[in-house]
Order: sequence, then C-alpha cells, then structure tokens
Amino acid sequence: MIELKQLTKTYGDKKKKTTALSGLNLSVGKGEIFGVIGHSGAGKSTLIRCINLLERPTEGEVWVGGVELTRLGKRELQEKRRKIGMIFQHFNLLSSATVFDNIAFPLTLIHTPKQEIEKKVNDLLELVGLQEHGSKYPAQLSGGQKQRVGIARALASDPDVLLCDEATSALDPQTTDSILKLLLDINRRFNLTIMLITHEMHVIQSICDRVAVIHAGGIVEEGPVTEVFLKPQHPVTKEFIERDARGEEGFNLAAASLASGSRLARITFLGTKTYESIMSQVVRETGVNFAILQGTISTIKDTPYGKLTVAFEGKDEDVKRTIELLRQRELDVEVVK
Amino acid sequence: MGGLDFSKIDWTEMGTASVDTLQMMLYSTLFTLVIGLPLGVLLYVSSRSNSAVLQWVYRVMSFIVNIIRSVPFIILIVALIPLTRAIVGVSSGVQGTIPPLVIAAAPFFARLVETALREVDRGVIEASQAMGATPFQVIRKVLLPESLPGLIAGVTITVVTLVSYTAMSGMIGGGGLGDLAIRYGYYRYEKEVMIVSVIFMVILVQVLQMLGDRLVIYFTRK
Repeated sequence: MIELKQLTKTYGDKKKKTTALSGLNLSVGKGEIFGVIGHSGAGKSTLIRCINLLERPTEGEVWVGGVELTRLGKRELQEKRRKIGMIFQHFNLLSSATVFDNIAFPLTLIHTPKQEIEKKVNDLLELVGLQEHGSKYPAQLSGGQKQRVGIARALASDPDVLLCDEATSALDPQTTDSILKLLLDINRRFNLTIMLITHEMHVIQSICDRVAVIHAGGIVEEGPVTEVFLKPQHPVTKEFIERDARGEEGFNLAAASLASGSRLARITFLGTKTYESIMSQVVRETGVNFAILQGTISTIKDTPYGKLTVAFEGKDEDVKRTIELLRQRELDVEVVK
Repeated sequence: MGGLDFSKIDWTEMGTASVDTLQMMLYSTLFTLVIGLPLGVLLYVSSRSNSAVLQWVYRVMSFIVNIIRSVPFIILIVALIPLTRAIVGVSSGVQGTIPPLVIAAAPFFARLVETALREVDRGVIEASQAMGATPFQVIRKVLLPESLPGLIAGVTITVVTLVSYTAMSGMIGGGGLGDLAIRYGYYRYEKEVMIVSVIFMVILVQVLQMLGDRLVIYFTRK
C-alpha cells in the first residue's frame, strides 16, 4: 500500500546541510498497522509527512496505492491526498467550526451534496462515539474527544491509508488506550492500512503488526512486532524496550545473591506456549530447582508472551539437560551466566 | 471663560454634519474593507511563500504600504487632490474625502488582516492541505473563518481610525462633525458647537468600539 524508495530529505543549503532522512526504504502492506518508533529528531515526523508530501522529499520515491506521488501535478496531488487520511498530535481541528462541520470539512471540499454529508457525518459520529457532541465546538471537548473528531474527519473521505502523527502523544495513558482501541477497531472493520509514528513502545506493542525503528534518518531494525520486541538487535531498540518494561528496571543482576553453582537464564515464551506448564514438566523430569528472579507475562497486540529470568540450581549436567529440554519444547533460552 | 450658551447652536447644521460624518465613515469603511481584505490576504500569502516572485511581491507591497502609513493623513489628503479629482470628479465635500480616506485606511487595514491571519494555527492549515484543499479553499474555508475574531477587531480599529480621519477632511471642505468642531470652536471661538460635535464623535466611537468588542466575543470559540 505504501512504499518508500531511497527516501532522502535534507534541509538548508549547501553550506549548512542537515539530513533528516537518508536513503530510507520502507514498505507497508494493505490492511497492516505499521509503526515507526524513534526518538525526537530521529526523522520519524519528517518520514510520515513525506508520505502525503506535506514535506517534499529531496530525493526518492513515494508510492501510495500504486501511484508515485512526487511525480504528480498540483491537482492530482490534491486529489490523491483525499485518499490519505491523517491525524495529528495536536488534533488540528478548526476552532471556528462545530464538531459536525469539522468532520464534514473534507466532504465540503469536494462539494458533496448536503444530504450525503449529513448521513456520512452522523455515521462517523456514531463510529467514534460522539453522537451527542455534533454541535459542540472543539474547545468544549476533552483531548480524547478531539482526537476522535480528528479520526472521524480523516475517515470522511474514505481513505485507503491513515497516517497517525504522534496521535496519542498529547493524551493521558487511559485516553491513549481508548484511542488505540478505536484505531484497531477501524483497521479491522474497514481493512484500513494504518501507519503511525510514536516514541512510545507501548503504542507499538498494543496495536502494530510490524514495526520499524528509526535512528539518525535511517531504519536500524524492522520486522514483526513480536520478533523485534522479544529479540531486539539494535541498541536503540533495546533502549526503547527496556524503558517501557517498568518492572525490569529495578532488577540488578550483579546484586542478586545466587546460590553457588546456579545458572542464570532468560526464557522467552511466545503464543499459546505462554499458558502451558512447560517449565514444571521439564524440571520434574530433570530434578532441577529454579527461582524466578524477574518476569513478565503480557501480550503483544493479540499474541501472548512471557519473559522470565530464572536461576537454576542443581547438578551441572541436569541444568544443561533442562535447558536442552526447554529448547526442544521450542522455548527461547538464553544462558546469561 | 464666559458661560456656555447652547441655544446658539444651529441644530440643522449639526444634523447635516452628523449625517456627513456617518456617510464618510460608512463609504470609506466599505471600500477600505473591499480593497484591504484581499490586499491583506495577499500580504499574508506572499510573505509565507517559497516562490521568489511572490517574495518580491511581498517586499514591494510591504514597502508601498509602509510609505502610505507613514505619511500624515493631513498631508496625504492634500497630496491626493489630483487623484481624487480623477476618481470621483470633485476634490471636496463628502465625495471628495472618501478616496483619500480609503487610500490611507486600506493599507492600514491590510496590515491588520495580515496580522490576524498569522495568528491562525499552522497545524490547522497543514491539516486542510493534507485533506486536499486547494490554496483558495484554504483561504476561504480555513484562514478567514479561523481568524474572524481578529478580523473583526481589525475592522473596529479601522472604523474608529476613519472617524478621526474624517475630522481632518475639513482641510478640503469635507464637512462632517470634526470639520464643524474646528470651524466653530477653533476659528470662531464658539465653544458650544465644538463641545457638542466632540461629544457626538465620542459617542459614535464608543458605540462602534462596543459593537466591535461584542462581535469579537460572539465569534470567539477558543
């Protein structure tokens, strides 16, 4: 649905050149929720703004729905943009227009008949749960409600793609979750392709299918969220994941006083294995004891996963066999010490 | 300071002067808005543009606007006599006053429009561009409605300024309350006419300002 080829964006003239994006390649499939995560200044904002050409790339190609955007004329670009919805961190609603008129805005741009607008906007108000608020002005709404208006407005022209520019960054955690839920619901109901940028791993983990980590204008890691999340390769990725895993921060390996001869291992469960009694089955067989030092059991989008740091106590060969058996049951075991 | 004798006032003359002032104010405001609004939009658009041509348009326009704004109205009104004659046929009376009033006020109003438009949130403009709005649609459906309170405040300031400018039109026999006040009060020492004329103008300005403020509040949605 979206394909970026060798995307480069530089600012300034020859003397003082800053590079926001350098030769970036990316591809987002139809119906996918694709997340881009990065620190501020990494280029993620420039990246998403290049997709509807709010920012014109210096070099490279931007393909959306089989059309190369940088080659379009003004008129054609305006037309194409109607099929690319966008929501913003600061909502960017018309303060002088009611909720109804804000949602109707994209439709009035193309002179849609009044009755059609009425029906469409009312449907959208219902979809985002704002039926009661059509005649209010944005200033009378909460942040979450404003973003719902933003989403309804973005959907009014039946877009093929929805771009989310830090759409939940100005919201509190609870409101963030409700907006994410709404986005996921829309994605499933209309098979709408969603591309979002964020600096919160939590957002990626909640709704994204695939993720790309952007750093210094380039993508340093990319893949299915479960894979990137559970086996991060790049330091920046690791940093994002560690920062998000609140409970893990307090855990200090060096400080843990372990029984001599015990072995430390990180075990990762994925999918339904998370709920199986693999651990107890294996240790009963090998006669090894274990202590759980730290652990998380949660979900990534819909996939359950577990991460345990465990100290095994027992004879060396028994511990080795335990690890082998766990691996045989398709758990990922990393021996730390 | 002798006693004041208000019975000396010729109320017919006072009435005519009031009507003259209102006429000058209304017509000059009308033309000022019609000319100043597009001019202000053009100033705003050209100041933000990346195109070299429009940037030059901005510089030239900005320069002309500044010149007109820096020439005192009393000099402008005399200097413009030939132009006024060419436009309305006469260079005195109510009709003869309107062109200099408009020429002085339109650039002033245009600046106020430009300032009001700059207050519009950049993000909202971008959002509408992202939705495929044409430049004209951005102006008509985003910039102007979003800046409406600021524009109304600008109109109010302009109208009040125009009222005080009309007082100077006496120089070219323009008529109106200000003219009356100067002719009787300053040249003939008839304080009464001056006092009443000034009171009328004060009331007029107060009413205009109040009306403007009310409208601003009514249209403010933030």
